[in-house]
Amino acid sequence: MSLTELPLLFVLLGLTAYAVLGGADFGAGLWQLLSAGSRGRALREHAHRSMGPVWEANHVWLIFVLVIFWTAYPVAFGSIASTLAVPLFIAAVGIILRGTAYALRSGARSDREAIRIDLAFAMSSILTPFALGAMVGAIASERVPVGNAAGALWGSWLNPTAIFIGVLAVAAGAYMAAVFLAGDARRIGQEELAQAFRRRALAAGAATGALALIGLVVVRADARALFDDLTSGPGVAALAASAVAGLATLALLWRSAFEPARYAAAAAVAAIVGGWALAQQPMLLPGLTVQEAAAGRATLVAILVGVLAGSLILFPSLALLFRMVLRGAFDPGATRHGAERHPRHPLRPPGSAWPRMLATAGAAGAGLALFGGGWREPLGIAVLLTAAAAGSVGLVRLALCDERDIDVLDAAARVRRKP
Amino acid sequence: MVEVTFLAAQLPPVEQAYLLEARQMQALSFAVHIPLVCFGIAFPSLVLLAEWLHLRTGDPLYRTLARRWSKVMLALFAVGAVTGTILSFEMGLLWPGFMAAFGDVFGLGFALEGFSFFVEAIFIAIYVYGWDRLSPRAHFLSGIPIAVAGFTGSLMVISVNAWMQNPTGFRLRADGQVVDVEPVKALFANPYLWPQLTHMYVAGYLVAGFLVAAAYAVRRLRGDRSRYVRTALIIPLTVAAIAAPVQIVVGDWIARQVAETQPTKLAAFEGLGETTRGAPIHLGGWYVDGEVKAGIEIPRLLSLLAAHDPDAVVEGLDAVPEAERPPVNLVRLAFQTMVGIGTFLALVGGVHVVTLLRRGRMPLSPWFLRAVVLAGPLSVLALIAGWVATEVGRQPWVVYGVMRTSEAVTGADGIPVGYATLVVVYTALIAAVAWILRRLARVPLEDAPQGAERVTD
Repeated sequence: MSLTELPLLFVLLGLTAYAVLGGADFGAGLWQLLSAGSRGRALREHAHRSMGPVWEANHVWLIFVLVIFWTAYPVAFGSIASTLAVPLFIAAVGIILRGTAYALRSGARSDREAIRIDLAFAMSSILTPFALGAMVGAIASERVPVGNAAGALWGSWLNPTAIFIGVLAVAAGAYMAAVFLAGDARRIGQEELAQAFRRRALAAGAATGALALIGLVVVRADARALFDDLTSGPGVAALAASAVAGLATLALLWRSAFEPARYAAAAAVAAIVGGWALAQQPMLLPGLTVQEAAAGRATLVAILVGVLAGSLILFPSLALLFRMVLRGAFDPGATRHGAERHPRHPLRPPGSAWPRMLATAGAAGAGLALFGGGWREPLGIAVLLTAAAAGSVGLVRLALCDERDIDVLDAAARVRRKP
Repeated sequence: MVEVTFLAAQLPPVEQAYLLEARQMQALSFAVHIPLVCFGIAFPSLVLLAEWLHLRTGDPLYRTLARRWSKVMLALFAVGAVTGTILSFEMGLLWPGFMAAFGDVFGLGFALEGFSFFVEAIFIAIYVYGWDRLSPRAHFLSGIPIAVAGFTGSLMVISVNAWMQNPTGFRLRADGQVVDVEPVKALFANPYLWPQLTHMYVAGYLVAGFLVAAAYAVRRLRGDRSRYVRTALIIPLTVAAIAAPVQIVVGDWIARQVAETQPTKLAAFEGLGETTRGAPIHLGGWYVDGEVKAGIEIPRLLSLLAAHDPDAVVEGLDAVPEAERPPVNLVRLAFQTMVGIGTFLALVGGVHVVTLLRRGRMPLSPWFLRAVVLAGPLSVLALIAGWVATEVGRQPWVVYGVMRTSEAVTGADGIPVGYATLVVVYTALIAAVAWILRRLARVPLEDAPQGAERVTD
């Protein structure tokens, strides 16, 4: 693997993570839609609660994919974004709905309000995966030429292959969501709910598998070159791996082994993404190889260093979050700690020398920033900001210590004020 | 490799009848997103300050406050995350020429910002869902990465914007090819970066501080004299009150940077038609035919501000051809709005700080509280005006002096349709945010506010 291909590997890994984790998040919205009645309340609540702590992080993978792609392959990014403007915009609207629905959900007071909010989420769970899937289909079937909006605004993504991959993305999300939600329901001891999602997962898994088979026929008729690449060489191995992982997931679900089923389902998706990459290599867009599309060496090295350094922070953080989630740290009833109970240290106003000290420091900083010139400017600003931060905390303490104007304490305050 | 890294042959400029609409669409997305960014920058620190007060005193009121604010923080972060995602989509949707030509120069900034965003999303979840589930100390610590990532995130995004104002770290060959790209130098060795970052970072504290304070000032004015409301007013107001005068010093710093690197923009800020020695400033008025009409003239002030020398020569708009000047009146109005409101905020802040220091109590007269109520929305207006000044002031360039916005825009049809859709979606979004904030504010206080050590969920 050369330096020019490495960012693409990051993009594909990010895309896999987004398809699995983000896909499951959107899928949860679909299940909320399909259980909109009053009987489905437990299902909807579970879907919301289960995704709450992780949905945001799951969506950042899409940002990761975008920013690595546009930095490493700028011309390809410009070509894709301009030709596929319509599905990209539809995906954007779906993402707005998703975030808004999440923000609103905590304010819902009645089941009717919750249903309405979940409906917005459900719309996003169809719009966004479909639009992003259709974009993949458009690229894979070579309908995105190099150039500023050089491809067809509609035909590029409203064609059999693109539509099929869009639908497949929606179905795969629903499948993954059901698998994950079944596992989460068992963890919180809701076996009935777990079985409900198990049934849904089995149905969605069977449907996704059937869809994939039909899809092969569609792709063969619509994009023969893609079909040939997928069914020969390394492409076919990836497809086979995906089929095996998919069947394994169904078998694990059948036996209600939800934890391993999570990983098998993720592997099935990863194999599909890998298969697409293998089928298409070395081309990124028609007439543009990955190597030709890549940015210069300095940029690629910077991406490599940046991603590796970032991963040192990202992966431990992600591991912490997922470990807490999977161990049930955020589950209902996991409350272990209350408020701080150590003896009170009542707030006292800071000593009388500090305001003069900080004001002097702040003034000196401001003076340097205004009249120092050169390197003294940033130094002055730094001094000023430090003094301001320390001064903020001190002044907040000072202000909070004064309780003269509070109703409940009026009596006590009056007593205190008398000499 | 060489034959595809250039813009000219691969993504040639196209005719786009709706360039202005594309710019407005970007501006709308930005105006919706940027106030949320302020909450991403400053709100975690305010929440952590309240929680720290709880850890120190054991007083449950501060915990209640931090806990309730953290729910607001989470909701605003969710909306900020999706509106930020839209902005990143629009980079490609609206400006593919810009991305194709320079993505390899500035893209690294966004790639690093992606990691900040990850850290923010992860720890905000741990923090907000971790109440009662983590030990008090661990919970407090889990909030610190949110504040740090808020800073690094703005550092990365501003590094890109600063590069657009003062592009370096590449070479433009005679045939239009971008070569010798040095992304790290382009983003982080830019003298424009630090003033701009500081200006935005302090603005974050101003906007979040005054907006939160305004909400509680309203409650206080309506007669709620509880300790809870008073505490919730003091914390954000005090922080913003100190930030406001600091912002004036920072503003002076960035203004001199603009004078040095973007003289045409500075000329547009002040409506300076001709290059002038000892240039004045006009308050108000309107720019017509190379001069400001009906404004109040303050002689030599522009020279003094731009170069700290009342006799300095300031370059006027006439230094560049007409086609390379920004729309002066819009930029000037935006700049004056920002400076005017900034002065008002500094006055409000000054009254608060001086009263606190001299009398040991915050000013609580109705008139002061009304000024605080006004300061909330005005600070948002100043924020947006400031960004209008810097971004419209950069026009007609997307990359200052290098690439015109018209060369960056997409060739795709349908911009008006997308723009109209976005207006509808964002109107609904703003209504939704208003709804959820009201709802969260009306949830009854869960912890006993007056000192009982009882915590109920």
